[in-house]
Amino acid sequence: MSEHPVDMRKSIRTYGIVGGLLFVFTAITVGVNLIHVSSVALAITIALVIATMKGTMVAAIFMHLNHEKKWIYGALVLTVVFFVVLILLPNLTVSDTIGTPSSYTISAEQAAHKAEKAEK
Amino acid sequence: MEIPYTVEPRPDSGLANGKLGIWLFLASEVMLFGALFSTYILLRVGAVEWPHGELSVKLGAINTFILIASSVTMVVAWAKLKMNEFSKGRLYIIVTAVLALVFLVNKYFEYADHFSRGEGPWHSTFLAIYFTLTGLHGLHILGGIVVMAYLAGPGAGLWKKNPDQFTNRVEYTGLYWHFVDLVWIFLFPVLYLL
Amino acid sequence: MDTTATGTAHGHEHAHEHDHAHHEELGFLRKWVFSLDHKVIGIQYAITGLLFLLFGFTLMMVMRFQLAYPGHPIPLIGPWLGDANAPNGVMLPEFYNQLGAMHGTIMVFLGVVPLAVGGFGNFVMPLQIGAPDMAFPKLNMMSYWVYFCGGVTMFASFFIQGGAAQSGWTSYPPLSVVVATNGQVYWLVGMIFLITSSLLGSVNFIVTIVQLRAKGLSYMRLPFFVWAQLVTSFLLLLAFPPLEAAGVLQLMDRVAGTSFFLPSGLVISGKPLTVAGGGNPLLWQHLFWFLAHPEVYVLILPAMGIVGEVIANNTRKPLWGYKALVYAVIFLGFMSFIVWAHHMFMTGMGTTISAFFQTTTMIISIPSVIVLTAMLLSLWGASIRFTTPMLFALAFLPMFGIGGLTGLPLGLAPSDIHLHDTYYVIGHFHYVVAPGTIFALFAGVYYWFPKATGRMMNETLGKIHFWGSIVAINFVFMPMFIQGLGGMNRRMYDGGMQYAHNAGLLKWNIVIGVAAWALGLFQLPFIVNFFGSMKWGKLVDRNPWQATTLEWSAPSPPGHGNFVVEPVVYRGPYEYSVPGAPSDFTPSFEPERS
Repeated sequence: MSEHPVDMRKSIRTYGIVGGLLFVFTAITVGVNLIHVSSVALAITIALVIATMKGTMVAAIFMHLNHEKKWIYGALVLTVVFFVVLILLPNLTVSDTIGTPSSYTISAEQAAHKAEKAEK
Repeated sequence: MEIPYTVEPRPDSGLANGKLGIWLFLASEVMLFGALFSTYILLRVGAVEWPHGELSVKLGAINTFILIASSVTMVVAWAKLKMNEFSKGRLYIIVTAVLALVFLVNKYFEYADHFSRGEGPWHSTFLAIYFTLTGLHGLHILGGIVVMAYLAGPGAGLWKKNPDQFTNRVEYTGLYWHFVDLVWIFLFPVLYLL
Repeated sequence: MDTTATGTAHGHEHAHEHDHAHHEELGFLRKWVFSLDHKVIGIQYAITGLLFLLFGFTLMMVMRFQLAYPGHPIPLIGPWLGDANAPNGVMLPEFYNQLGAMHGTIMVFLGVVPLAVGGFGNFVMPLQIGAPDMAFPKLNMMSYWVYFCGGVTMFASFFIQGGAAQSGWTSYPPLSVVVATNGQVYWLVGMIFLITSSLLGSVNFIVTIVQLRAKGLSYMRLPFFVWAQLVTSFLLLLAFPPLEAAGVLQLMDRVAGTSFFLPSGLVISGKPLTVAGGGNPLLWQHLFWFLAHPEVYVLILPAMGIVGEVIANNTRKPLWGYKALVYAVIFLGFMSFIVWAHHMFMTGMGTTISAFFQTTTMIISIPSVIVLTAMLLSLWGASIRFTTPMLFALAFLPMFGIGGLTGLPLGLAPSDIHLHDTYYVIGHFHYVVAPGTIFALFAGVYYWFPKATGRMMNETLGKIHFWGSIVAINFVFMPMFIQGLGGMNRRMYDGGMQYAHNAGLLKWNIVIGVAAWALGLFQLPFIVNFFGSMKWGKLVDRNPWQATTLEWSAPSPPGHGNFVVEPVVYRGPYEYSVPGAPSDFTPSFEPERS
């Protein structure tokens, strides 16, 4: 029924330590934000990397994902895949211009075409 | 007629019913918040300009610390119950709920501040997605508080009848709660800092 | 509910003990309204679903009159529709749009899925895996009542000022946000109820299948129906939440003045919108179709499952290619998440991402073909019993074949340019859902009716129902391919009259209309049969179809807890015509002979 008290006390210590680490990382996140990073992309990357590290700790230690069962892992892997699909693909449909001339290119071409015609 | 594996795990899956159930529910929640994050990205990428500095980083950071602390107290509550220390466990559940309430109070101040200037979700795309994301997250916090109140209050009677089942319920609530914390861990930098 | 206790003398004592210990007489409300028993809940879902199917069908019959005879007063019911909808009995375009949007919404979300998943899934699946009930009976009960609330909300929307939602079942903004009446808000709220119901149900289904299988019932011994429901539940679990999010966003656009889906600078009827702007209508389309594509597999998978059961039983042979079937539906489920933008080829996406979606769409046809082929090969060398369920199951095969094949030109962008938003699309998807899924659901009703009631449905009425339906339904949907290829657009209240290029195609509207009303007429034998057989159907025992799967070992109808003896599974699900066996079926629950 109940876990061995010594093991649970060790776990509680771990939870406290992880909680402290999460505090530290949060402070780092806010601190990094105050330093104005050169590019937006870099800022986003740093923020997401730190957030992912924090999230991983919460998931692995607090949510006991570090020793869960196959069905849970399987369901979560599937979810992560579809989560990535949901984040990525819609944005690719509005930002993928490979093979399709952008509106600027088209209007530039049209303007050049008009200028040519006017000269004739 | 009893449903098997409500408390003891099924040998081949290694799981009790509720454990699998709550994780599946959390999987669906990942997709729910995922859709909103996707919305955020699509709208921001398509925006000519995106506001900065409109939110109180201080309040957001404080709330982040509060929620992390509440995650610690929640998992400790479960650990105490596993060690058969019912009153300690119950106390930690109450502390978690109180921390959650403080989070909501802070949120109320944040929202009230915006609304007093007439800046509701209608004001800009940024505020629209901010209010939606934090609002939905806040509703999840509220739901968590309700469940915790039940477990610490009327639901605590189950400890006498079936301590393992009660402990499992606390564990599942904890999983939900950690997920809510997880969402905020991403929400905070995305909305407040970037 | 009484348990027909004809189990062995040494019945499992555990089950009996609990029966006695927990046997309190439940009041009417707890027994029949707020029941926690999956069988009662399944029947609640099934009957509500069937009623909504009938209602959605009625909406279509009214629409088809307007399409066949545009501008004519609607006979019989015209006066009842009211001046807001049909002054002097002549349908207004706004009302036509309401009928169209709600026909789609009701059939998909209030009819087919509740019947296929909530009804059949709930009733049959726990029995087929040897479980006493679902893993979470209270959650199950809540799922039904949340669905019910959603249904009431949707139904009520017809009676408010401005009528029901009228922007298609797809609810595209800006139309649905800026122009549509308040019925759209009811639609959004209704959808939130329905999605919540589905989510709760899907968790229940997956946990039940993983955790509550009987002893000896390994995954590869599961009936195909159960595999189909398992994959379906994963689709519901992971694909629905984005639409719930989108619903909230559109609700906020309508009610809180946000502009998630409204772009900047939008001008309607000469007036610029006074919103913040910055939104994107495509955002709605992505979030909507992210669900709505897996949704169509939610519509077809339980149907394939039912057809598999009925075919195995009525060919007296095992299903051909069981492993292929299982892997095919798993693959199908996975692929269904990455094809959705084939509904959006005309939205201006780049050619690379368009090629991606075309490719995944072509690939997803493969598992469907595998399933269909396996079912067809199952017929080879079979002793076919042409019972009513088998007739419907057999018809499913070519009908789904037509539906699937006609989807191919839609999945390729170049041909889709011509076919998108035409009647070709309507023909395609109705073939898969109407003579496809709904026929399979009819097969399921005829097949499992004796298990649920202890009585058989009437075969003669069943055959009239079948033959009338299969003929009529083809005359409804086949002409739509002709109309679509000819360029006739969908969602036009006058049947396409206003465009010169449709002139030669208009006559088909009359054919389709007459066929639709004939189809309606041929549902009457089914309705009479369904309710009449409950009272006067031939009484039968546990296994009237001589079937092999677990549900047929329980009494008909099963009592509380389902099985009198704890069920044990000794072999695969379709051991028909085993060489050397004394009969042409060896049930999975029959112990090994010494």
